[in-house]
Amino acid sequence: MIELTQIRKAFNQGKHNEYWALDGIDLAIPDKQVTALRGPSGSGKTTLLTILGCLARPTEGRVRLKGEDISGLPERFLTEIRRQTFGFIFQQFNLIRGLSAIENIILPAYPTGQPRKDLLLKAEALLAGVDLGHRRNAKVEWLSGGEQQRVAICRALINDPEILIADEPTANLDTRLSKEFLGILEKLADKGRTIVLTSHDPMVVDSSVVNRVVSLRDGRIVDAK
Amino acid sequence: MKIWIEKQQHLIDFTLASLARRKLKNLGLLTVYTLLVFVLASVALYTHALRTEAQKVLAGSPEIVLQRLVAGRHDLIPPGYLEQIGRIRGVQKMEGRLWGYYYDNVVKANYSFMAPRDLNIARGEIIVGPALERSRGLAAGNGISFRSYSGELHTFIVADVLPQTSELVSADLVLMHEADFRAFFKIPDGHYNDIAMSVANPQEVRNVAIKLLTTLPDSRPILRDEVLRTYASIFDWREGIMLALLSAAILAFGIFAWEKAAGLSAEEKREIGILKAIGWETGDVIKMKFWEGLLISLLAFLLGYVAAYLHVFHMDAILFEPVLKGWAVLYPRFTLPPHIDGLQVATLFFFTVFPYTAAVLVPIWRAATTDPDTVMRS
Amino acid sequence: MIFQPAIIALLLAAGISLAMLLAASPFAVQVIRHWDIASGSERQLKLERLTYLFSTLVAFVCLIQILAALLFVFNADKMSVMFVGAMCAVGALNVNAFGFPALYAQLTLFFLAVLWLALNHVDSRARDYPLVRLKYALLLAAIPLFALSLWLQLSYFLGLKADVITSCCGSMFSEQAETLASEVTALEARPVMIVFYGTLAAAIALSAWHWLGHGNERGNMSGYLTGLASLAGFISAISGILAFISLYIYEHPHHHCPFCILKPEYDYQGYALYVPLFIGAAAGMSAGVLRLFSGHLSLAPVIDATSRPLAGVAVVGFGLFLAIASFMVWQSNLILLG
Repeated sequence: MIELTQIRKAFNQGKHNEYWALDGIDLAIPDKQVTALRGPSGSGKTTLLTILGCLARPTEGRVRLKGEDISGLPERFLTEIRRQTFGFIFQQFNLIRGLSAIENIILPAYPTGQPRKDLLLKAEALLAGVDLGHRRNAKVEWLSGGEQQRVAICRALINDPEILIADEPTANLDTRLSKEFLGILEKLADKGRTIVLTSHDPMVVDSSVVNRVVSLRDGRIVDAK
Repeated sequence: MKIWIEKQQHLIDFTLASLARRKLKNLGLLTVYTLLVFVLASVALYTHALRTEAQKVLAGSPEIVLQRLVAGRHDLIPPGYLEQIGRIRGVQKMEGRLWGYYYDNVVKANYSFMAPRDLNIARGEIIVGPALERSRGLAAGNGISFRSYSGELHTFIVADVLPQTSELVSADLVLMHEADFRAFFKIPDGHYNDIAMSVANPQEVRNVAIKLLTTLPDSRPILRDEVLRTYASIFDWREGIMLALLSAAILAFGIFAWEKAAGLSAEEKREIGILKAIGWETGDVIKMKFWEGLLISLLAFLLGYVAAYLHVFHMDAILFEPVLKGWAVLYPRFTLPPHIDGLQVATLFFFTVFPYTAAVLVPIWRAATTDPDTVMRS
Repeated sequence: MIFQPAIIALLLAAGISLAMLLAASPFAVQVIRHWDIASGSERQLKLERLTYLFSTLVAFVCLIQILAALLFVFNADKMSVMFVGAMCAVGALNVNAFGFPALYAQLTLFFLAVLWLALNHVDSRARDYPLVRLKYALLLAAIPLFALSLWLQLSYFLGLKADVITSCCGSMFSEQAETLASEVTALEARPVMIVFYGTLAAAIALSAWHWLGHGNERGNMSGYLTGLASLAGFISAISGILAFISLYIYEHPHHHCPFCILKPEYDYQGYALYVPLFIGAAAGMSAGVLRLFSGHLSLAPVIDATSRPLAGVAVVGFGLFLAIASFMVWQSNLILLG
């Protein structure tokens, strides 16, 4: 459960081009549900996602994660929480080129200091779960877009997070692959993971997987259903 | 603790892969780094070896050498001095020494002629150093003639060639019988070039020297300790000057390292952004970069030092000989005894790894503090 | 001044350390003035990022101080041939009045840097960074000390003149200065031995008490005692090395030098003594200093979780030192006490 109260986020604070990307957001993200943030570009949905995912701190306002106020936490602790609680799937997949699929997957677990052997076993199980076991040692730049996204999903799951954060997950996928992604999403949601994503793809927002849609405009919530 | 070690292993794994992915950039840095270590290590190894060599040579030399000065110039010791010294307490052993320089027109080089006391050399025979063996093509049994300063021709038979072990001193030596020496240079009996003395108690050396000066006011006692001290500081000074000259190189290297570390490619910036987004902490990225720097430093240090070692001890320091050896460059062709010294390695470390680390500290920190949300915002 | 590489390296190290801290000091002032952990403003985020730079920087400076102290001693030993009457490092350090103070300054800086790092360690594990202002104020306060250290080294090296012969006269007969003591004037062995074993045993016992004790009420007291005993243990350990341990190693009743034991002639035995001693002393003192801050609510658990293992390190460090020193004494052929 993530609760946001009166969240504001400024960029270029104190300079002439200062602007407020978020301007008074009150929002609660329920557990074990799929929430979609929708809005035109510049509406602040990605900024909101970074605050929900502990990637950034709000300039003003309170963030509560499972009841604990984390809005004033320094980056060091925020990172720790992020590592344990969140998994991320980015629009550009953001895999590290030159490394194999399996090496990319275990990267988020490096700071935890788990033995490499255990990590590799876990990563292989994840890869098998998305039918990519045979590509484990392929360099990620040789993978297709769909394969890359599946590797990115495995990477997001390596630390077994409760909450998954996905930023425009279908923006770089065609219809077939988008459907495939929604299938994976459904499986994850069924297993009880909380999922927050941004999208302006109607296929995602209107799909049955999504329980709740929050619409944003100019840094404010205009509609939540 | 186990977790900590495991974590460092992960970081090193990642670093190695990351270094391998950017071979070209890292090879450039490694080359420059290695070159710097090589140059500095060559200077240090070379001067240190010279210093050790000189000390080794001097270790066997007498505690005091007494010269006589006439009008401020070195002159022959007249008869009677030895007897007067014999009365000074503390002098354990003394001997008058006969030695001189001879200029050989044929190969245009100076030889040192000596009449040693402790070697039995027959009249008409000589023992030569390895340099003569080379330049004049001499071997045991050959004959050779020298024209003395008075114009007469003296012919000698080479009885033996000295071993090469310490060529720095023995290269140009020609050893002969005392009578031959006196005849060749026209030095009358009872006269010597100088007097070598050994003093039993090292604490007494200074007192003996003071007594020598009062007994023989025109003499100049030279103490081994002082020569050693002078050598030590002269070699250090030369090394220091070389380093001062090279400091420009060190500075340039620091700037180069800064540039390399600060000029992260877009790819590298993206990678750090990804790592931070997926749960790496700033401290983790700094540690990863620290391992990277350490690996490069160690490798460069090792490569540069080994190359310098080979250069100095197996290739006779061909690049630095003219600068560092000074006048002694004329003939000896000597292989220095290999020697590695802890202080020297520590000093080298300070001149290379320290500037590197200082230069890359701020750029690394800058890169590591990339906002974790950059990957989402671009 | 004697112009040689190790000296240049040492001055370079001291100079760069100071310059780096000076360059960073405006940021330290900013942290002290504008720190506000509750704020999410961009300035606060920037300041938090700066703290990483500082801890890396101080860790680096700390490492430099250790290496520089070693280099300083090595170099003094090597230079001793250049001075009439100097037999080893002690003689070279005694050539002028700045030698030993420069060494002491270096060691002090090392311990201060360790203490700061310990403080930084616990503070950055408490979610509200309660000591942040104090830490940066301490850092600013340390800058004059770094300057002092540089000045001492500079004065020492500038004041050195090698006793060297010149070409115009054979010997200089440099006067063997009265002040140039080649040997450390040492204390009587027997009382020092008693104090040595007493203090170190106390340091080990108190550290062990703090390490294993869990009652929170006495936690602070045992912590403070560990810190004090570690300081006392360090001082008496050094006195012990001067007064009798070195004698047993050299097997010579009058050679008190604490540095020669670092040399290859004595199989580098000094490292086996100094490394555990310094680690133990630094850990024990840190444990004591950390306890001063256990009043902060958010710090208390972190400090407890840090100071107790540190005390454990102190136990092991002092214990190893004591065992190795005793072993060396036992092995020696020298008979000091009739």
